[in-house]
Amino acid sequence: MEALIASLIGLLTACGVYLLLRGRTFPVVLGLTFLSYAVNLFLFAMGRLTVGRPPVIGTGLPGYTDPVPQALVLTAIVIGFAMTAFVIMLALKARSELGNDHVDGEEGG
Amino acid sequence: MNHLVIAPILLPLLAGILLLMFRRTDIRPRRVFSVAAVLGQIGLALSLLQAVGEGDILTYALGNWPAPYGIVLVADRLAAWMLMATALVALFALLHACRGSDVAGRHFHVLFQLQLMGLNGAFLTGDLFNLFVFFEVLLLASYGLVLHGGGRLRTRAGLHYVVLNLAGSSLFLIAVGTLYGLFGTLNMADLAVKMAAVSPENLGPARAAGLLLFAVFALKAALLPLHLWLPAAYAETSAPVAALFAIMTKVGAYCILRVSTLMFGAQAGDINGPAAGMAGLIEPWLLPLALATLFLGLLGVLAARGLRQQAAYLVVASVGSLLTAFALGSADGIAAGLYYLPHSTFAAAAMFLLADHIARARGELADRFEPGPAMAGAPPLGGLFFVTAMLAAGLPPLSGFVGKFLLLKAALVHPAWPWILALVLGGGLLGVIALARSGSLLFMRTLPPEEGARPPAARASTIALMPAIGLLLLALALAVLAGPIHALATATAEQLLQPYHYVHAVLGARP
Repeated sequence: MEALIASLIGLLTACGVYLLLRGRTFPVVLGLTFLSYAVNLFLFAMGRLTVGRPPVIGTGLPGYTDPVPQALVLTAIVIGFAMTAFVIMLALKARSELGNDHVDGEEGG
Repeated sequence: MNHLVIAPILLPLLAGILLLMFRRTDIRPRRVFSVAAVLGQIGLALSLLQAVGEGDILTYALGNWPAPYGIVLVADRLAAWMLMATALVALFALLHACRGSDVAGRHFHVLFQLQLMGLNGAFLTGDLFNLFVFFEVLLLASYGLVLHGGGRLRTRAGLHYVVLNLAGSSLFLIAVGTLYGLFGTLNMADLAVKMAAVSPENLGPARAAGLLLFAVFALKAALLPLHLWLPAAYAETSAPVAALFAIMTKVGAYCILRVSTLMFGAQAGDINGPAAGMAGLIEPWLLPLALATLFLGLLGVLAARGLRQQAAYLVVASVGSLLTAFALGSADGIAAGLYYLPHSTFAAAAMFLLADHIARARGELADRFEPGPAMAGAPPLGGLFFVTAMLAAGLPPLSGFVGKFLLLKAALVHPAWPWILALVLGGGLLGVIALARSGSLLFMRTLPPEEGARPPAARASTIALMPAIGLLLLALALAVLAGPIHALATATAEQLLQPYHYVHAVLGARP
């Protein structure tokens, strides 16, 4: 499972970086989204991957899963969502004010 | 538990919420309230500075959860010093905005207060993930402020700024995640202890995470080669926002200083014996990059095509000087940097505010470096520009000279001192040339007014100039009180170079 998650994070990051370097705002926004997904998965995996364990320490339990990364991921997801919404609005504003959807506001180049 | 520690975060938060609730009321009471909130923050910073003046380190465990399980806020001399500089710059930026540019958007005062909350939180927090959250708070507010007022160029610069910072936030999270995965904690004091005892097989990832953190902070501080976003963003945004942002790059510098002394310093981990492989992690990178930033920033100052762009490059150059001082690693070097930090912030903010007045007085020519007819009310503006330029270029007798002198004096014992001296002094010369050229072009090489030309734009009244004058007076106070302030900066630097005090204060007498 570790190898699967690791390669998934790598793939998402690679796609995110590629799209982030594109010239138009829509792929850039998608790239940021991919990147934040990759980061969220990464944070989640940093608490070690365990299946079917409770996030509390107690007697008579087989073990526990680390709850801190889950809390961190929750925060990161909320912030990431807000930022995606903001950057989409900003991209739309740039599209209407600059007349095109290039990140530099100019076609070509 | 001292509730004073959390007050600088709560006050702007409450002020921001109240301003949001009453956003439909008349602008005047909102202005008064906003200024009062910033004055309150100056008071809080002052009392905090007093409380930590004897070398105490105050901690505040949120929700009374003991460190390292809960999040702690930590106020030491450095944090109080940064709070003070922030509140002072914010006051004058806000007063300038109250002259009319705050009505361009309904939420200016709300965003301004939330920006201050993010800044204060970033200086006070003792937890790495909490630092990320406060970074996001200050960035979110800054996104709104960068775009305040609108306009094509502002939107374009804002888009670059936002996308770059979002990518930076992702990197920050990857670094934080790696550190948590390796050490199981995000409390900075706890991390410092655990990093000192890092096992050899974890050393590689730990160093990678440390350098990643450094890259993120370098992006915020606009350190070469991550400085390219700054000139456009600062030159295109409105003047009070640019003046406030003069402190934003210092957040990155603050984080580099905090992390490098606490976690990666030569003294880090004194608790568990000699420091292991994490010590001196970023030192080999910091000094060359800082010097290159300084020099390139000053080349930008020389090549700028407008006054606001020139001021933005001055910010880049000041980050270079500041980080050069921090990179020296000695108490003298850090103290010089801590003295230079408020000075450069005040000088840059004053320059942005003045550039706004000059651009208005020149009408259509705005702040572009093109000869034009004499501007309205030139003598006071020219006098203020002269003082600000002397301040920014580091000429005696103002605080820029004192800061540069302290920096050079501290650099003499560093092995790379010829480089530092050559670049700082040569760069200073470039700065003087560039500022003298722009001053003479703006104020002396005036063309006769054209036939039938519109009368020049409104002259700036003396009251309108007061915020810029206030910033210059602050810089003057820095020069006059250089003795006690330098003593405080030295005490701060010595406290930073003994990180076990910080660790003891946070973790206490833990078994």
